[in-house]
Amino acid sequence: MGRPEPRVDGRLKVTGNARYASDFPVANPAHACLVTSAIAKGRIVSFDLDDARAVPGVLDILTHETVGNEVHEPKFFGSGGTASTIHRPLSSAQISHAGQIVAIVVADTYEAAREAAYRVRVTYEEEDAATTLDSDGVETLPATKVRKEHKNPRVGDAAAALRAAPVTIDAVYETPTQHHNAIELYATTCVWSGEQLTVYEPSQFVHALKHAMAEQLGIDAEDVRVISPYVGGAFGSKAAVTPRTALVAIAARRLNRPVKLVATRAQGFTIATYRAETRHRVRLGAQRDGKLTAYVHEGWEATSRLDDYLVGGTETTAHIYDVPNVSTRVNVVRTDRATPGFMRSPPEVPYVFALETALDELAEALDMDPIELRRINDTRNDPITGAPYTSRSLMACYDEASRAFGWRRRNLPPGSMRDGDWLVGWGCATAVYPTFMGAATARVRLARNGATRVEIAAHDLGTGAYTAIAQTAAERLGLPVAAVEVLLGDSALPAAPVAGGSNTTASCCNVVAKACDGIRRRLVRAAMRADRGPLRGRKPSSVNFVDRHIAGEDGAKVSLADAFDMLGAPMIEEYAHWLPHGMEPDALKKLHLGSAALTGGAMEDRIAAAFGAELVELRVNVYTGELRVPRIVGAFAAGRIVNPRTAHSQYVGGMIWGIASALHEQTELDRRVARYVNTDLAEYLIPVNADVPDVQAILVSEEDRLVNPLGIKGLGELANVGTAAALGNALYHATGRRIRKLPLRIEDVL
Amino acid sequence: MRPFLYERATSECAAVQLAASGAPAQFLAGGTTLIDLMKLDVLRPARLIDINGLAAGAAGLIEEREGALRLGALVDMAQAAEHPVVRRKFPVLADALRQAASQQVRNMASLGGNLLQRTRCPYYRDRSWPACNRRKPGSGCGALHGQNRGHAVLGVSDACIATYPGDLAVALVALDAVLEIIGADGARTMGAAELHRLPADTPHVETNLAPGQLIAAIRVPAGPWTRRSLYLKVRDRESYQFALASAAVALDLSDGMVRHARVGLGGVATIPWRATAAEDQLVGRRLDGELARATAEAAFAAARPARHNAFKLGLGKRTLERALLQAAQMEL
Ligand SMILES: Cc1cc2nc3c(=O)[nH]c(=O)nc-3n(C[C@H](O)[C@H](O)[C@H](O)COP(=O)(O)OP(=O)(O)OC[C@H]3O[C@@H](n4cnc5c(N)ncnc54)[C@H](O)[C@@H]3O)c2cc1C
Ligand code: SF4
Repeated sequence: MGRPEPRVDGRLKVTGNARYASDFPVANPAHACLVTSAIAKGRIVSFDLDDARAVPGVLDILTHETVGNEVHEPKFFGSGGTASTIHRPLSSAQISHAGQIVAIVVADTYEAAREAAYRVRVTYEEEDAATTLDSDGVETLPATKVRKEHKNPRVGDAAAALRAAPVTIDAVYETPTQHHNAIELYATTCVWSGEQLTVYEPSQFVHALKHAMAEQLGIDAEDVRVISPYVGGAFGSKAAVTPRTALVAIAARRLNRPVKLVATRAQGFTIATYRAETRHRVRLGAQRDGKLTAYVHEGWEATSRLDDYLVGGTETTAHIYDVPNVSTRVNVVRTDRATPGFMRSPPEVPYVFALETALDELAEALDMDPIELRRINDTRNDPITGAPYTSRSLMACYDEASRAFGWRRRNLPPGSMRDGDWLVGWGCATAVYPTFMGAATARVRLARNGATRVEIAAHDLGTGAYTAIAQTAAERLGLPVAAVEVLLGDSALPAAPVAGGSNTTASCCNVVAKACDGIRRRLVRAAMRADRGPLRGRKPSSVNFVDRHIAGEDGAKVSLADAFDMLGAPMIEEYAHWLPHGMEPDALKKLHLGSAALTGGAMEDRIAAAFGAELVELRVNVYTGELRVPRIVGAFAAGRIVNPRTAHSQYVGGMIWGIASALHEQTELDRRVARYVNTDLAEYLIPVNADVPDVQAILVSEEDRLVNPLGIKGLGELANVGTAAALGNALYHATGRRIRKLPLRIEDVL
Repeated sequence: MRPFLYERATSECAAVQLAASGAPAQFLAGGTTLIDLMKLDVLRPARLIDINGLAAGAAGLIEEREGALRLGALVDMAQAAEHPVVRRKFPVLADALRQAASQQVRNMASLGGNLLQRTRCPYYRDRSWPACNRRKPGSGCGALHGQNRGHAVLGVSDACIATYPGDLAVALVALDAVLEIIGADGARTMGAAELHRLPADTPHVETNLAPGQLIAAIRVPAGPWTRRSLYLKVRDRESYQFALASAAVALDLSDGMVRHARVGLGGVATIPWRATAAEDQLVGRRLDGELARATAEAAFAAARPARHNAFKLGLGKRTLERALLQAAQMEL
């Protein structure tokens, strides 16, 4: 652990041998193609399917007339269920969002299915749809109304503190709709064998998908197996179960033949989830020396009519700085859109953008270096509860990032740095991500020759989970990483939490280490009891597993093979479960039912979070307003780093995401009809290589003895937090113009 | 995609003969526009005539004849962008090609196909949008009051405001390029500027090519302005995006005075736009910041913005201004 091991699955991936969901060969599959709604609200009056049926090879067309109530209503994951929405397409003629599934064509070939899908004619009765935050017909409700558990963090008397503050900021910020757009499309293959269903689908939570199928199809969970060993990017979009899976299962059952669906890129914008647009009003009060006295944050988030999805990011932002008076409030705005869902740092990306921009405005008002402002308001304790941080290295991150960036050379006044035709601005912002962990189980088997197998239904979304888990087992058992085989992404394996909230490394490495410790105990006991054994009579705590041996401090050692012989068994298998601090005792039971419960962040007795500091240079062309980012430096501290190589890649990728969310990504809506417009990767912009020439990630060392036994904090969602604010702040520094709405674009600065 | 008949032609003659007989056909070159739009069910040709075999003949060559450049229609974009004569003597063409699409697309795509690429208007490309006059004549224009950040401000009509997205054609119209056209009834030439039609009331009639006519080559005359030429392209990201605004500029200067000027505009117009009003401003004057500004004003005098693309007026002007001043500073 701690070494920059190359990914154990790297070779498989670059040679095309890693099997993603739609790569699994199944016997004689039929191919499905979706037909999606052209309207956002209303009902289907009729279908004309003659043309579609006439396409050679078409086998079946599913509509609400054929499916109806065959899918049982699932429970929304936000209410403890597994589903991304309670909406059941094909259950009725009702249309509740644009691009919802209205029919599924199944044919012998993909081409025939797609052609027939184009030939399906649907007649709608359309009603006016409410599109977004300020549209006619939306319904705005306080988050506490729609979700009982929602808490609006508050402390002190923020209103009074604001009134008394000599310096205040009061501004409104907005963030746009965004879509995950993982490279791997939404794919599902369903295969029935009698009563048993096998689902091949890229998943961030195979146990949830398994139980969702049981729930939605009315079958026994033990008859469902979900296989998802590799996932080509997910970012939250493959965590909650979308409606398509049950429909593909039904299509396969009707035909008594495997059915394979790979939705198109454009359909991916509407059959799954997205990051909803948000608005924020942030008010800050401070003393002239920069000490914050008040923080008031009200947020509005778009959601659907059916599910009360919300991110409530003040649950993160209220705990970051030392402010004695905090008041927050979150509202949901119900629109005629699909239900949003988790997308990499769901609460943090929008809410931290608002707070970190407001802080920059405050620094400006105080005529103060923005990093200094953050130093003045740094804290070791949760300002809301007073509980201590398990560890916190925010200012160390700023120090290391500043040094690498050369922040000292920054001119304070905006518009004062220029290079030829380019105005230059330097901005900074804090990155933060609460540390989450979940109950987990794992099985580890060690054979006499050192061959180790780790089984855990965790998920590798491309992040490096296989490698981190292999490293953990290898270290615990004193073996090379190559001796460890790791099996993930299969609901037949011991349950592991959702790959969400960046908890996988913390949860899974801890439980795998625990299982390994079980193996160690048995071998050590055998070695210590063995007659004439070199370790006879030692204390268990005095030996370690190194280099295929059990070694005492004085150099005495027993090889693994000998220890096995002393034990009299060819192999040991250990099953372990692990409950993180603060987790309810029934968490394991819930985990086995596919519940995504996690613990962490601001808890009663402590608060756990990873921090980072991001410094960026933004250039604005004085003539054309082009915005370019020649360099970005981020320094991050996230407890113990299991693998600096994969951590580095998460940080670099995260900062690139951050640049995208600041300058490029926006799903554009046609507000008249609540439909997305730019639904392909030519028009939904993300940075290309030329946009990210210099991205530097610094790993700041941090030891956390409290957060969990291995001291690991999640970091996958850390680095794309704050980037957008840093860029907006840099834009202000370059031009003197404050843009409070993302993305920052040419038209904003011309 | 709908079923289609696939045929292969190995000569210009054979290609146009095939096209002239039987069900309506489209020529298939790189397919980066055609196959894409067929998959989206926007184009539904009954027959494809693969003309890639023509690349073995003159249609695959880049030649310099008596100072003029002849680019075969099946030369791929990458090859043309990297060609030493194109780069040295017609830098505006090399610039326009180099900044178009991605290396992968440029390797696949032909010059002829590039000229005939279709608009990126999302209401056109997604057939589930009910209104698009270009795709479905008489159905209305979805973009006019919808999302139109990428749309045109010059040459628009109430029927269509779609931007012509290509880069190369903008440079070609500026340089008075000529297309060699072959039909079943023989060969002829056509000015590059005549290829595309303003949308007016019939946006679905996109070009003046008759069905079955083949572009065999592009001829670019050399002039005293072709060496001092460049293409400036502005977009949200550094690469792999269509132009928000672009300018193709070619100047013949003598002691700072403009003797000849050629100006094309991209990303802002419904067709590859020749800005003759701008050229008139320039000729006979000293090219300084003020003249560049006045020229840009003249170029956009007739512009008509929609809701989200009003910024293209300012952006288009500044892009042209920059291009003029940069061209004036080019070292030859
Ligand atoms: C993601 C993406 C980004 C892009 N970005 C840019 C960009 O930034 N700038 C830019 O300029 N372009 C861009 N393009 C467009 C690309 O350059 C064109 O698709 C390409 O040049 C078309 O050439 P092709 O050979 O593939 O044509 P095809 O797709 O084969 O044909 C296109 C059309 O031309 C017709 N045709 C082809 N050759 C002839 C001929 N010789 N005579 C008569 N008719 C013919 C075909 O019948 C068809 O109607 C982009 C494309 C993609 C997919
Ligand atoms: S702008 Fe033209 S292409 Fe776009 S919707 Fe209108 S008519 Fe169709």
